[in-house]
Amino acid sequence: MTQTKAGIRIENLHLSFGETKVLEGIDMVIEPGEFFAFLGPSGSGKSTLLRAIAGFGPTPRGRILIGDRDVANLPPWKRNVGMVFQSYALWPHMSVRRNVAFGLEERRMPASKIAPKVEAALETVGLLHLADRMPGQLSGGQQQRVALARTIAIEPQVLLLDEPLSNLDAALRVQMRRELLALQRKLGLTTIFVTHDQEEANTTSDRMAVLDKGVIQQIGTPQQLYDHPANSFVAGFLGTANVLSGRMDGTHFMTKAGQRLSVSASSERATRIVLRPQNIRLSGSGEGVPGTVRHREFLGSQIRYLIETPDGQIIVDTLHATGQPPYSEGAAVVLSIDSQSAALLED
Amino acid sequence: MSASTDTAARRFTLFPALSGAAVAGIAIAIFLMAFLVLPVAHVLYVAFLDARTGAFTLQNFQDFFNTTLFRESFVNSFYVSAMSVVVSTMIALPLAYITTRFNFAGTAAIQALGIIPLIMPPFVGAVAMSLLFGRNGSINLLLNQYFGIRIPFMEGLNGVILVQSIHYFPFILINLSASLRNIDRSMEEAAQNLGSHGMRMFRRIVFPLAMPGYLAGAALVFIKVFDDLGTPLLLNVNNMLAPQAYLRITGVGINDPMGYVISFILVAFSVFSLWASFLFMRGKDYATVQKGGGGLSRRDLKSREKWLAWGVILLILALVLSPHLGLLLLAFGTIWSFSPLPDGFTIQHFGTIFTQSSQYVWNTLVYAGSAALIDVVLGSAIAYIVIRTGLPGRKWLDYMATAALAVPGVVLGIGYLRMFHGIQLPFGLGQMSSFWGIIIIALAVRRLPYALRACMAALQQVSISLEEAAESLGASRSSTIRRIVVPLMTGGILAGFVTSFATAAVELSATIMLVGRSSDAPLAYGIYLYMQSPAGRGPGAALGILAVVIVALGTYLSQRIIERERARQTTPGDQH
Repeated sequence: MTQTKAGIRIENLHLSFGETKVLEGIDMVIEPGEFFAFLGPSGSGKSTLLRAIAGFGPTPRGRILIGDRDVANLPPWKRNVGMVFQSYALWPHMSVRRNVAFGLEERRMPASKIAPKVEAALETVGLLHLADRMPGQLSGGQQQRVALARTIAIEPQVLLLDEPLSNLDAALRVQMRRELLALQRKLGLTTIFVTHDQEEANTTSDRMAVLDKGVIQQIGTPQQLYDHPANSFVAGFLGTANVLSGRMDGTHFMTKAGQRLSVSASSERATRIVLRPQNIRLSGSGEGVPGTVRHREFLGSQIRYLIETPDGQIIVDTLHATGQPPYSEGAAVVLSIDSQSAALLED
Repeated sequence: MSASTDTAARRFTLFPALSGAAVAGIAIAIFLMAFLVLPVAHVLYVAFLDARTGAFTLQNFQDFFNTTLFRESFVNSFYVSAMSVVVSTMIALPLAYITTRFNFAGTAAIQALGIIPLIMPPFVGAVAMSLLFGRNGSINLLLNQYFGIRIPFMEGLNGVILVQSIHYFPFILINLSASLRNIDRSMEEAAQNLGSHGMRMFRRIVFPLAMPGYLAGAALVFIKVFDDLGTPLLLNVNNMLAPQAYLRITGVGINDPMGYVISFILVAFSVFSLWASFLFMRGKDYATVQKGGGGLSRRDLKSREKWLAWGVILLILALVLSPHLGLLLLAFGTIWSFSPLPDGFTIQHFGTIFTQSSQYVWNTLVYAGSAALIDVVLGSAIAYIVIRTGLPGRKWLDYMATAALAVPGVVLGIGYLRMFHGIQLPFGLGQMSSFWGIIIIALAVRRLPYALRACMAALQQVSISLEEAAESLGASRSSTIRRIVVPLMTGGILAGFVTSFATAAVELSATIMLVGRSSDAPLAYGIYLYMQSPAGRGPGAALGILAVVIVALGTYLSQRIIERERARQTTPGDQH
């Protein structure tokens, strides 16, 4: 199957439901063949943005270019954008084969050409043997694959996935996201993946956009966003973060309680510092920030402590080695903070 | 091995329980056997007996199909039912489409359209409809005067089709709208995403998904029309099956085999239609609405479309209100013949019915009230036994009670006449088949399925943990039922009572067979008697108005109760 790779460019997109502004000033460029994620909490506008690209929902202001074509004012059926719905939206009155053939039939393709394309699409997702089943007879994972096959059969320029893994159980979710990525690489389709799960976005996407309250907070690779969050929302949304307030003092960041943390990055206007739990070590005595263990959670490979310090409660993750006794609740501990690589925030 | 220990264990636990639920279950089973299963089975059985020798034979069916009148009646019943489905669909389809596809200010009007016809039993409006739409009715007089034409709205079978369609189209409207609303927006969006839109998409995606709902409604309309006795009788259309059964039994006699053959055919068609729609429906639960989904996407109407939509709705509204309007004119009019409107207006007819016919009203209140009471008692007992106990065979109580839906009133009436006509009651109450109490039982059996559904729904709302909490605090089974279950079910039980009462109050097809003497007759029978003569139409219509008021009040009350219950169930702190 060959697809014409097309990039997506969104320029100054605004969208409201009546009086409620849902998307504000969205600008982004998605490269041809890229696996791109929209990540955000529910209500952040990520699904609305995806649906706007597919042509659903209220008409937005601004431009949406797929390749060189502005599709913002085209009806959904003229966009040639393939969308996989969160609910899969398989038509229960049609067999798997007829579901997959639907888009090709709508394109008035002769039946002789449709049949091999349907089989090829079902082959791609490994479900050719279930072609004559009804959707109701399939498991969740199988339905998902049929929905994918139905979408790739029309050879869209862009593939849109709306929370595709949210209706699957945990084990299947990990397997499906690998398969999705493999399929995307094989077809080379420009793909947008909407999710509220940072792990899904981290593990699959080349780059991602974090959205909150209808505004893009940051765009970048998963690692860039984790290591260098642009603001405390991104810092808190991707992974666990201890965000301490304070001010810069030369090459050090001075916390509210007076701790001086040496930092390599320098930003005169920084007012907060992001400390990741795994970059803090605990010891019984020695140099560092004093604290008391408030709470302890055993997570298997790690033990997570909640430590009361002069700067408030700080989360610390320590690796767990078998036989090593943990610190008990109420114990006095000392925190040594590796603040060299810590991100500084100005918001 | 395990089977025998199983039965041993069951026997061991069953006997101690026999004091409570089991006794009730057995009593209900006996009641349903005696007053539903056996009478109907008896009717079906007699259809295969030689009237003189009592030997098994197919001769009766042969006679039936060799008689021109019966063949004609069979074809007519089938034709009228099928055409009523077609006409009902023509009325319901645009209404369902407008409400589910568009943002339309008239949605409230359409919802009213779905209820107004149901509050008037079709036979009540039948005579009024012939005065409006008949050969010399208002509409045709005006058409003839201005355009020189007459349209045979009410000629023969047309009249039955028109009256039935106006009454029964809500069944299609309600089912079709519900299944259209149950289609998730993503179903449509997926089709658009793959390049489909407009009528083509409607035909390939939306309509097939709504099909099960439509067929459920259509099957219901077909059965109701096929079984109905009152409307053809009042329109004086006798060459249909149900009227023929009635006329044979009341005219020729209780031993005439034709009444039984017709009953067999009526039951067979009912069962067949229910079975066919069940078969078609199986595996076709197309309700696709997802969490946060919410039905098909709607769009605003352009102004010309809006006028068109209002036009369609007002036309249908006028049609739907015409029996009500006609009945009002008839009830308040002096003489209404060969003129578009009555000659003058009077309230004298109401005076007539209050002085001469108050026993009809009184009887109706007693009959329908007692029947509804029996229904909710049986309904809540069956619901409790089916949902909350492990009694063996408990599902059969539900099946038996629900089977009443497939039994036409005429058939139940014939069954009672046949079963009970030789039985003398003590205390000078006379023959059991002509005792007024039997009317109450017939009404109760006929309306039990409705009350049962209401009670089932009410009990399902009561979380079992509420009962367990009471039991763990030391309440016995019976005191838990009395102090926890019944109070929590009150709303549902009340709604079931009101529905049963309102529909039993205007039941005609079973009661017409069972009324022994005029002083025992209920309202519906009184209307039927009055409407036989032109002079009686005024008082008949006045009685009809009374019937409509009773049903309308009942419907309104049960809606209010259901809404209040729903509000109470969703108050915070009471969530489960």
